[in-house]
Amino acid sequence: MMRLLAQYLRPYLPQLTAVVLLQLTQAIASLFLPTLNAAIIDDGIATGNTGTIWRLGGVMLLVSFAQISAQIAAIWFGARAAMGFGRDLREALFEHGLEFSAQEVGRFGAPTLITRNTNDVQQVQMLVLMTATMIVSAPLTAIGGILMALREDVGLSWIILAAVILLGGVIGMLIAQMGPLFGTLQLRIDTINRVLREQITGLRVIRAFTREASEAERFDIANIELTDTATRAGRRMAMMFPSVFIVLNLSSVAVVWFGAFRIADGNLEVGQLTAYLAYLAQILMSVMMSTMMLMIAPRAAVSAARIREVLTTGSTVAPPRNPVVPATRTGVLEMREVGFTYPGAASPVLDGISFTAHPGTTTAIIGSTGSGKTTLVNLIPRLYDVTSGSVALDGVDVRELDPDVLWGRIGLVPQRPYLFSGTVASNLRMGDPEASDADLWRALEIAQARDFVERMPHGLDAPIAQGGSNVSGGQRQRLAIARALVRRPSIYIFDDSFSALDVSTDAALRAALAREVSDATVVTVAQRVSTIRDADQIVVLDAGRVAGVGTHDELLESCPTYDEIVDSQFRPEDEEVNA
Amino acid sequence: MSLASNRTSSSDEPQPAATATAAQTANERPQYGPPPAQGHGHRGPMRPGTGSTEKAISFGPSLRRLIGHLRPHRFAIIGVIVMTILGTALSAMGPAILGRATDLIFDAAVRDRVPIDFVAVGRVLLIALAVYLGYFLLSAISAYVINSVVQLSVYRMRQQVSEKIIRLPLSYFDAQPRGELLSRVTNDVDNISQTLQQTLSQILNNIFTLISVVAMMFVVSWQLAIVALVTIPIAMGLTVFIGKRSQVLFAKTWKSTGELNAQVEEAYSGHELVTVFGRRREVRAHFAAKNQELYEASFGAQFISGIIMPVMFFVGNLNYVVIAVFGGLMVTSGTLGIGAIQAFVQYSRQFTHPITGLASMANLLQSGIASAERVFQVLDAPEQSADRTGALPERIEGRVTFENVDFGYSPDAPLIENLSLVADPGSTIAIVGPTGAGKTTLVNLILRFYELQGGRIAIDGVDIASVPRRDLRSHIGMVLQDTWLFGGTVRDNIAYGRAGATPDEVEAAARASYADHFIRTLPDGYDTVINDEATNLSAGEKQLLTIARAFLSEPDILILDEATSSVDTRTEVLVQKAMNRLRADRTSFVIAHRLSTIRDADVILVMENGSIVEQGDHEQLLAAHGAYARLYRSQFAAAAVTEEPLVPAEAFETPEGERWNARMES
Repeated sequence: MMRLLAQYLRPYLPQLTAVVLLQLTQAIASLFLPTLNAAIIDDGIATGNTGTIWRLGGVMLLVSFAQISAQIAAIWFGARAAMGFGRDLREALFEHGLEFSAQEVGRFGAPTLITRNTNDVQQVQMLVLMTATMIVSAPLTAIGGILMALREDVGLSWIILAAVILLGGVIGMLIAQMGPLFGTLQLRIDTINRVLREQITGLRVIRAFTREASEAERFDIANIELTDTATRAGRRMAMMFPSVFIVLNLSSVAVVWFGAFRIADGNLEVGQLTAYLAYLAQILMSVMMSTMMLMIAPRAAVSAARIREVLTTGSTVAPPRNPVVPATRTGVLEMREVGFTYPGAASPVLDGISFTAHPGTTTAIIGSTGSGKTTLVNLIPRLYDVTSGSVALDGVDVRELDPDVLWGRIGLVPQRPYLFSGTVASNLRMGDPEASDADLWRALEIAQARDFVERMPHGLDAPIAQGGSNVSGGQRQRLAIARALVRRPSIYIFDDSFSALDVSTDAALRAALAREVSDATVVTVAQRVSTIRDADQIVVLDAGRVAGVGTHDELLESCPTYDEIVDSQFRPEDEEVNA
Repeated sequence: MSLASNRTSSSDEPQPAATATAAQTANERPQYGPPPAQGHGHRGPMRPGTGSTEKAISFGPSLRRLIGHLRPHRFAIIGVIVMTILGTALSAMGPAILGRATDLIFDAAVRDRVPIDFVAVGRVLLIALAVYLGYFLLSAISAYVINSVVQLSVYRMRQQVSEKIIRLPLSYFDAQPRGELLSRVTNDVDNISQTLQQTLSQILNNIFTLISVVAMMFVVSWQLAIVALVTIPIAMGLTVFIGKRSQVLFAKTWKSTGELNAQVEEAYSGHELVTVFGRRREVRAHFAAKNQELYEASFGAQFISGIIMPVMFFVGNLNYVVIAVFGGLMVTSGTLGIGAIQAFVQYSRQFTHPITGLASMANLLQSGIASAERVFQVLDAPEQSADRTGALPERIEGRVTFENVDFGYSPDAPLIENLSLVADPGSTIAIVGPTGAGKTTLVNLILRFYELQGGRIAIDGVDIASVPRRDLRSHIGMVLQDTWLFGGTVRDNIAYGRAGATPDEVEAAARASYADHFIRTLPDGYDTVINDEATNLSAGEKQLLTIARAFLSEPDILILDEATSSVDTRTEVLVQKAMNRLRADRTSFVIAHRLSTIRDADVILVMENGSIVEQGDHEQLLAAHGAYARLYRSQFAAAAVTEEPLVPAEAFETPEGERWNARMES
């Protein structure tokens, strides 16, 4: 945590310095107040000198005004520094995350990256804010309070010491017990979240199997456990303030009692006694503030660690230092003995894959789940980098190309056809910000999406919800295809992009695509044999290796794996069942 | 959760800690954005949200209703109120008693120059000690009780929502994003618990402290008390003035945070697209602008809310000087003792705090009520119609009839109109049609997930609307494409099909559905725990488990949704076989994608745009040269036709028709 703070607070050093100085001023001023109070009583009220009261009262108001001015200024600088720190950290995290390859994003998972980018930053930011605006003055006030109290009377100082130790001990004990409880609480909340989430997603199944009662019971168990932990943690919390006040009050009584003896001995004045009580309250409150720090800090430290984990993770896909410009721009794509192994994995996902995809042809990749199809196509735009062999575009290793140049030539339709919140047009123009409406309509027409976009209330300007949740799966896929078409790339990558389409739409779309992208290199991943039968070249993957390359007919002859796939999808199995 | 570590607020604590309350109070709003996925970090005490901008719509009634939720604990709460009154009274007496001790000391040592009467001082201090101990006990016990009351109340509230979810119609969930609903149960309920926890103890405490402090001031010296009270309107005015401004800024902060969160989410959800489409620059610029907005709003909010306490402190000091001046005059004139002044000083310190405390409670309550309203919205949502008491026959043959059924997901958009069909016992009804034709709707109606707008559906002649939903559904088995498995063992997941199934029955069902083999290859066999996302099973294996589950439930009527893709080929053969076996002798409705299923069906329903355009068997429908023939050619022959144009489409109709085998011999 310290390193993170040091790094991202450095630009705010002037503000923080100002905060410390102002808080120091503020603390000193606030320490003067009890002395002035005492003076008003001893020199003014006790002697009946109204003039002195007026004079000292004026001084007191001046000091008090100086104090709040310093405090407000400190809050101003503190809030600037803390919020600026948060802003910078969020920006750093976000920019760092953008540079990640699919591998890092996949390893962390998008949800946690999001949480870290906002909520975790907030935790640390709040620690900075609280420290700057309040906590930093606590030790100053405590030390100052002790000094001032000692100045009033050394003889009573043991009471302060005893009170501080007692208070620290009690609060420390409560916090020590609460720590693990809060950890458990977190888990309990996760559990109840998970149970409920399952119940909502599985609503139809639960109702179909009439298991409402057992689900209610499952929820109740999670609910009881959560309540139980929360209650136990809450009891500790409930003890905090009564404990602080009993210590404060007991020591006040002690101060008066033992102070009385010192007054009897002539070592102390009555006004001083009053001041002493005020200092005591100040010191104990400061101790409490410091312990509060102990309560926030562990939480913020966990967040800081989570943030640093992201920031210190380098992207496995680094841009080349000296990008190579390919001599030609034809769009020949070569896989040369490509291998890919996830870090730490024992066996490779892809191993020794070689084939060449030429412009004007379609290369289909087929294989069972987990055979590495998606990983293979993701190597082309460097969402991942190969761990052996190479992927080459126009004869140049993709790792040598300027990433912007590389991406500019690729039209990707990912397995999950994500749409961004905005409009149909804003999504399509991701492909090419300069595209005209006519260009967009043309792309929609090829993608068999024109009809339904025309029927949408505002056509191209129809709103799209985040992720494209307001259109159906099939429509989403078609819009994603149109988006890639708008880009007019030299290489198209379709990763199982036709799965949500009914087969007649699928066929029409593929026919239109074939006409449109006749000079591009097309790489398509598919599950259904019917989608890829007419491909110029089919690459059959089996457990990360090439089981066969060729046309449909060639593969039927030569590749048993392919034959098996075709079989499973097309042969009516009633014979098998009857057999 | 409600017990966030740095909750600090008490009526008579010094100003710095109270500032923390104000700052956090405003921050602790639930996040109504997408559900946070990570356990840690998202529910700290500083959790911002977008939804907090929603103003409480009907503050009064909702507050009353929230208080109504505490009704079962009314005796405990009355106890707490009594203890709080006693406690604040004791705590208010404290300074006065200490002041009396000081008076004794002062009178002896300063005024009369006589030895101090330590016995008298000791007696007074013992009383002070007793008073403080009493205060400690009362405040500790009431805090303890409040904690229990609040935890039990939110427990019941969560339970109510959970029970409500069971009674809500499915249509409710169609309109409600899942994350939103989850957020209400967790984040909003949490926020309510925090609000209750703090306000229950603090509001009472602040009010009674204010009252008792004012009362004590009058007891000590009514003249001085009147002087001191002059600052009350000033303190209140300032608090309201600053509070209003900071609330606007906080609302802005939450709004910006929510928007920023959405941007980050979007950037990560579409990460590969942002990368490959070269949009990083734009996304970054967009983020930076929002981030700056958030910075400005949050700075303003923190600064404005931060100055409340110093300002109050100054008002307190002003008060002190005024008291000192007037008090000094009174002491000089002999109308007041020095101890009284000392006590008064302490009271004047105590009394600006409850005012600011109440102001921050008002803030907190506003946020809590907003959350409560969101929970109440769920609790008030219209439920599915009450179950009728009719009964299905003991033994069901499985004749399912649709009689002039009208249905639409919303009444003004009819989807199915005047649909009639008869499914004979034991027959297979294949439902085919393009995406979005309404195939799933039929299934939803048979299970009575939705209510009809007209006509009726009957099983063996009994209207399904006339029997309890449980009874109806206990006769129907279902295998959906979207496999639903929960975090538990493989055995638990299969046993889900029927309450009280024995391990032997579970394994028999698994064998019947060809799942036994792969289950035994799992690390712990039937006791293998399926993780949250079920990533340790392939899509096909998940389907086999759901088939086994349906087997176990021994349904009379079956609903199957065949998978279109994403199942690896070897498992797919098993899935297919298992489904066929499950279908045998049962009336089955199959949303079909496979040629074999369709061809073997007794009745094929061809759906287009929500209505059944054709009914009949394969042969009849092909001969009719209608929608089915068109669909059939495009769905199952398209690829073949383009590839091998010489084979006429009719080839499919030959009795053995296994063109697919024929091509193997070619």
